Amino acid sequence: MISINLLALFYLISGVLFILALRGLSSPETSRQGNFFGILGMSIAVVVTFLSVGNFSTSFIYVIVFLLIGGSVGALIAFKIPMTAMPELVAGFHSLVGLAAVFVAISAFVNPEAFNLGFSGNIKLASLIEMSIGAAVGAVTFSGSIIAFLKLRGIMSGAPITFPGQHILNLLILISIIGLTYFLCKTQNSNLFWSLIVISFLVGILLIIPIGGADMPVVISMLNSYSGWAAAGIGFTLENTALIITGALVGSSGAILSYIMCKGMNRSFFSVILGGFGGTDQISKSENKEQKPVKSGNSDDAAFLMKNASSVIIVPGYGMAVAQAQHALREMVDALKKNGIKVSYAIHPVAGRMPGHMNVLLAEANVPYDEVFELEEINNDFANCDVAYVIGANDVTNPVAKTDPQSPIYGMPILDVEKAKSVLFVKRSLSPGYAGVDNDLFYRENTLMLFADAKKMTEDIIKSF
Amino acid sequence: MEIDPFVFRLSIFILSIFVGYYVVWSVTPSLHTPLMSVTNAISSVIIVGAIIAALAGNNENIFNAASIFGFLAIILAAVNIFGGFLVTQRMLAMYKKKKK
Repeated sequence: MISINLLALFYLISGVLFILALRGLSSPETSRQGNFFGILGMSIAVVVTFLSVGNFSTSFIYVIVFLLIGGSVGALIAFKIPMTAMPELVAGFHSLVGLAAVFVAISAFVNPEAFNLGFSGNIKLASLIEMSIGAAVGAVTFSGSIIAFLKLRGIMSGAPITFPGQHILNLLILISIIGLTYFLCKTQNSNLFWSLIVISFLVGILLIIPIGGADMPVVISMLNSYSGWAAAGIGFTLENTALIITGALVGSSGAILSYIMCKGMNRSFFSVILGGFGGTDQISKSENKEQKPVKSGNSDDAAFLMKNASSVIIVPGYGMAVAQAQHALREMVDALKKNGIKVSYAIHPVAGRMPGHMNVLLAEANVPYDEVFELEEINNDFANCDVAYVIGANDVTNPVAKTDPQSPIYGMPILDVEKAKSVLFVKRSLSPGYAGVDNDLFYRENTLMLFADAKKMTEDIIKSF
Repeated sequence: MEIDPFVFRLSIFILSIFVGYYVVWSVTPSLHTPLMSVTNAISSVIIVGAIIAALAGNNENIFNAASIFGFLAIILAAVNIFGGFLVTQRMLAMYKKKKK
């Protein structure tokens, strides 16, 4: 139907449109147009693939039917999903990309003629290596994302699962994967190919179970990156430019996000991967500190403090998402603004369970994005602000990160909340955060603890105004 | 002697990593969640491989070992394409500027 050269050019156009889709995300104004470019690129890729195969028989009808089934499921999920569940959704989507890569690799292995890769039992060496890489990375992405999904969804405990000899086991598996790929290329034995996939599934599970809940932003970004590399591996197998470009884009995007998240926690990528962070050993240490005096107040005290302030900074965290407090929070801020009080929001890079999680929730509650600031932009303003309202955040405000070299979170960049004239800290109890570290901020002179559910407290404050 | 086409693909790959590197650094942090959902959607362009695999069957034998995996991959990738782009659209529609 269309020549391979023309096909390659169309795939190139798709690839360029995908680049523009990401480019659009540099600002909210251009982002919607960017998303349109992405959809256009995808449509072009799909249509020209149909034209190039040129098989419009019964198979084609089945393809369309399956496409629509999948598409309707996807659309339904997209419209129904609450914004607080975005981390799970993204993890779930990653697992689908991974599994799709595995399936495509399998069909290329079973029927290499269809892809011009040689013949069953005699596949071109380069193609075989590429499809093994694609299948292995895809399988790791799939099972790893499933574990991440279960942890984020709360079906599986967020606590890290570690056992003796874990790292040695992982190393042995890695060596066996390389060995399997080598013998697969030598013998073209299909059993080796299946074993490779099964072992890779296992790697994904082993890789993610030791990583604790606090490191989830890194995990999600990392799996994002893997799904890209898997797509690129398949792209090389299928000699498809659109897939190669996309794989490279997604792979580097995930890698950069992982880097930003690691930096936000002052942790090296390797220490996250090796896991075990947020275990129980630190919690026992903090128990004897509970006797320190803590000032606690109610919604009236909080309302009084905020009404008499001239500037307020809101520090949201994961607890806000759990309590679904973003809408109540916006109402509270509206009431403050009516009284002429300047309000802004401060977002820590690792607040929430995925990159940018808090920004989406605030956007959902109609908070204008130009009132929301990143750590570097706003950190100096705490010294001049009257009230900092910490809602659902904990570790990212802990001054210990600056003062105590013994602390596991030492060196992590934090929001300088303690510099505000008064700090209102909404929290259900004095329990430590995900890192298992007691927060020094609770015991400061200028801190008033508001022990309650984040949403209920915020609503009560609105009533007290 | 001609250059192996693999080298060209490798060149595209390496250059795209660099393009990705610079483009992603320019993404504003407040849009990192939509970035993840849209990268999810575009990586499902893997559907082109699935379509080729699914259409490889002939009329007497639409569902053979290879095409079944193709069809399964089509479903998975389609969930992701539609779900990914639409949820991104939904999120981006919420980002508004201050009313003045």
